[in-house]
Amino acid sequence: MSKTYYDPADLRKFGKITEWSEELGNKFFDYYGKVFEEGALSAREKSLIALAVSHVVKCPYCIDAYTKDGLQRGITKEEMMEAVHAGAAIESGATLVHGVQMMNKYEKLSM
Amino acid sequence: MSETKTKQSLHKRNDQLANAQRQLEILNNGIFANGELPKFADKIAEIDHFPLRPNKLEILQINVGYMCNQVCEHCHVDAGPDRKEIMTKETMRQCLEVIKKTGAHTLDLTGGAPEMNPNFRWFVEEASKAGIKDFIVRSNLTIIRANKKYYDLPDFFKKHNVHVVSSMPHWTRGKTDKQRGDGVFDKSIKALQELNERGYGMPDSDLRLDLVYNPSGAFLPGDQVAMEKEFKKGLLEDFGIHFHSLFAITNLPISRFLDYLIASENYEDYMYALVDAYNPTAVAHVMCTNTISVSWDGWLYDCDFNQMLELKVASKVKHISEYNEELLQNRNIVISQHCYGCTAGAGSSCQGTVA
Repeated sequence: MSKTYYDPADLRKFGKITEWSEELGNKFFDYYGKVFEEGALSAREKSLIALAVSHVVKCPYCIDAYTKDGLQRGITKEEMMEAVHAGAAIESGATLVHGVQMMNKYEKLSM
Repeated sequence: MSETKTKQSLHKRNDQLANAQRQLEILNNGIFANGELPKFADKIAEIDHFPLRPNKLEILQINVGYMCNQVCEHCHVDAGPDRKEIMTKETMRQCLEVIKKTGAHTLDLTGGAPEMNPNFRWFVEEASKAGIKDFIVRSNLTIIRANKKYYDLPDFFKKHNVHVVSSMPHWTRGKTDKQRGDGVFDKSIKALQELNERGYGMPDSDLRLDLVYNPSGAFLPGDQVAMEKEFKKGLLEDFGIHFHSLFAITNLPISRFLDYLIASENYEDYMYALVDAYNPTAVAHVMCTNTISVSWDGWLYDCDFNQMLELKVASKVKHISEYNEELLQNRNIVISQHCYGCTAGAGSSCQGTVA
């Protein structure tokens, strides 16, 4: 067994999840492939969204994969960093908006 | 990458990777020897394409020398100012004899910077008389601005109706200069504007100007059509530049790019990426099936990459002096693991994607 939870080489083995549950694995990969096709949003835009979400969910495999995907699509580092900030802003906003709940509770409990 | 490294070729530095044999050892050992990844020969045997055989000859590609004014980090030729291998006029004469009688519709001059061969202009003038349909010169653009003696190249190209194909790694300065050297972007932009002024690359113009995109790093090129759109938008909006087509070319793991992959610890991941992206439909159209590559000293190869790996054609005819198209067509193409570079994704060739 590996002594670390994450091994970069495991990303290449992602497809193997179908071996233990073929139907669900295949459905997932079909869905995944479809999601990233050109649509109302371009594949390029979706790649940047995926990069932002990768950071928010803190998935090292996804970060590797979508940084490389962005490079392949000619996405610049400035665009990539702005996408990461968009994700980070939502994530920190999601924390901070709970401050209202804290304020409400504080007021309710205080005389 | 150290300063010295960016300024000198592997050959000049006596680097072990200047040795083609050493490169082939690396490509044939490691992950390909222990069965972790399938060898290219086994992969194409699965679809009955082994041994790989030529189709009709379409392109005669002639490398007139490895001397170049640039030392690009990814260069598969290991070209640079310190390379002295230059095609002689005598070999050029032998090439001209072949150009006159070949069945190929395209003549493709490459280097190094082909313009640095002292007999380049004479050769272009003579070759253009053969009336070949598509006459390509692979110009690195900066050569046009490198020295006064090259300033008239755009006019010279126009006079001989040369199809100009030029490398441009990105439409932004940072990425271009990182791969090709400081100042390359600005000089390239200026050269492209000069070519546009002569009519090159303009919409509806017959003066063809195409750009070549190589990824600047250990990743594969994206979709050629999408990249072309991005390049056109970026170059037109920022610099008013027009061009016709973009060829997205995969970097093959040889020479300086192999050196970069190993030094940056990306070699294995890159080979995995190439094998994972293997596209069987690209195999029948890889460029070695329609091209003959001629080296500066007249030897014949299946492609420019095999030339750099010193893998001569597997034919009785091995030199331009004894050229025989019929005999050459009856050969098996020499392959190794670098060939995965031409079958990845949409496939890759000197003319862009193939599948």
